[in-house]
Amino acid sequence: MAGSTPASAIAEPLGKSSGGVSLWAEAWRRFKRHRMAYWSLWVLGLLVLAVLAGPFIYKVGINEIDFQARLAPPSSKHPLGTDDLGRDLLARVLYGGRISLAVGFAAMVVAILVGVTIGAIAGISRGWVDAALMWVTDLFLSLPQLPMLLVLTFFFRDSMKAVVGPEVGIFVLIVVVIGGFRWMPAARLVRAQFFSLREKEFVEAARALGASTQRLVVRHILPNSLGPVIVAATIDVAAAIILESTLSFLGLGFPPDIPTWGRILFDAKDYLDIAMHWSLFPGLAIFVTVLAISFIGDGLRDALDPRRVM
Amino acid sequence: MGPYILRKLLIMVPSLLGISVVLFTVLALAPGDPFEELATNPNVPPAVRAALRASLGLDDPVWQRYVHWLSAMLQGNWGFSFVSRINVDTLIWQRLPVTIVVIGASQILALLVALPVGVLAAVKPYSWFDRIASTLAFIGFSLPTFFTGLLFILFFSIELGWLPFVFRADISATGWEWWWEHIKQSIMPVAVLGLAQAASWMRYVRSSVLDVIRLDYVTTARSKGLSERVIITKHVVRNALIPVVTLIALQLPQLFGGAIVTEQIFRIPGVGSLLIDAILRNDTPVIMAVTFVLSALVILFNLMADIVYGWLDPRISYR
Repeated sequence: MAGSTPASAIAEPLGKSSGGVSLWAEAWRRFKRHRMAYWSLWVLGLLVLAVLAGPFIYKVGINEIDFQARLAPPSSKHPLGTDDLGRDLLARVLYGGRISLAVGFAAMVVAILVGVTIGAIAGISRGWVDAALMWVTDLFLSLPQLPMLLVLTFFFRDSMKAVVGPEVGIFVLIVVVIGGFRWMPAARLVRAQFFSLREKEFVEAARALGASTQRLVVRHILPNSLGPVIVAATIDVAAAIILESTLSFLGLGFPPDIPTWGRILFDAKDYLDIAMHWSLFPGLAIFVTVLAISFIGDGLRDALDPRRVM
Repeated sequence: MGPYILRKLLIMVPSLLGISVVLFTVLALAPGDPFEELATNPNVPPAVRAALRASLGLDDPVWQRYVHWLSAMLQGNWGFSFVSRINVDTLIWQRLPVTIVVIGASQILALLVALPVGVLAAVKPYSWFDRIASTLAFIGFSLPTFFTGLLFILFFSIELGWLPFVFRADISATGWEWWWEHIKQSIMPVAVLGLAQAASWMRYVRSSVLDVIRLDYVTTARSKGLSERVIITKHVVRNALIPVVTLIALQLPQLFGGAIVTEQIFRIPGVGSLLIDAILRNDTPVIMAVTFVLSALVILFNLMADIVYGWLDPRISYR
């Protein structure tokens, strides 16, 4: 093949891997060799633990107003300082992290479910179904994402609020809208995988044994096409977190009483000169989370999708 | 080349129609009523309101409204902004140049950074330069543009006091002074957008140069005694750029997202901030027109990517 540049720093020559190890154990071993990804997994784990357990240990309310300590810099009483109403920022960042991470994961699930379904249908049925679905995919790919997100969340905010309550309504709306604009890469990936897999001998063998199309897809083709989808899913989590923060930062995401990271930044941006800690900490939280997820995605790509080029 | 471009232009038409259907459906389904103000105004009797609605065709079936709207758009009648009280197309033409200039400059910056860094990183893979560049790229695309923007303001405007952080369209100076002021206030928005873009492009360039650089024809070029410089610029980069152009074209819709954010942070009077204002004030004709213009721009840039593609890979244009 093409020269001797390995596709990644951790790739190794073929045939060197020890036999008798399951595919997942092998993938995990390769993942651990990507040091940044391995450490990022720890960082992300700690972050998730902090936002889940943090509010139980650090018992300061997110809406406790303390006018004595308005815009106070970090101190022993308020580890990350306070905002313009004297509310504790550590408590708010921890609470906001729950929402931001939940939106990220939930939107990823929506995007992957839609993407895998559409990609699988397009990949297994040739002809006009495939052509129509790919036309829709290309159409969605050329829609300007953020403007559409802004318009949709703004217009449907009130009706969602009326149906399922203010907080859940906004959450569901944002998750569905972000997921609805991120499924296209997954759909294309799955379709491409289907195209190559359905001609393979093992699928042929299963078909010869009389397996139905449904069984072929669910049991044989889909599991084998999941590697790249897992990588795409990881990237989707990071993208969804950034999108949600962007919406909130523009003042069109979550309402002011739900302090997601983007929303805290939106409130803080006018106080940049007198209270920089206020915008620094939520911004750093977004940055560290997204960086960790990106590294994990990179490690997963090397572990699950290894082009071990010789 | 001619028939190729023509074919691509024809493919644009159904895409634009599809986008217009999507946009129109979204706004037709949206619960907000542009007549809300009239509906709550006690001075307007219900009969007048109903007559007004009927005369504007608001009670027609959706598809009829869509056809009316589309034909009006095609005739250049883009409607009237509820808030600014001027024609929507005038409004957009006022705002579009700033956005195009900022986006264009940032793309050039991104290219100037990503291309050499990506190529150098791929020429010596896993060297120190490659490691540092790749790590910086990761950091670059993990930083959301709104946070980099705030950090830039914090550092360059507040700490150092070098650059202004509010974009002013009405600079009174003339001649060189005018240019200098404009360049000074554009540095930060362009850098924020361009560097974020450069981070992801650099990775594309690097991996696609890596795919090409060990191919046999490169070895042949080397054995002919060509200088390394000629091999890289003439043989490797041109072929490596083909997949990069596709990836860049795929990323274009996200570019406008970045532009909206930077325009909002630095208060640049472009289409992005126009859209945000219009959304916050429920100015439906403006929202509609701006989203449509942005979608049309994305499709136009895709067309340009196709043309560049044809230039990079001559085999394509004959197909």
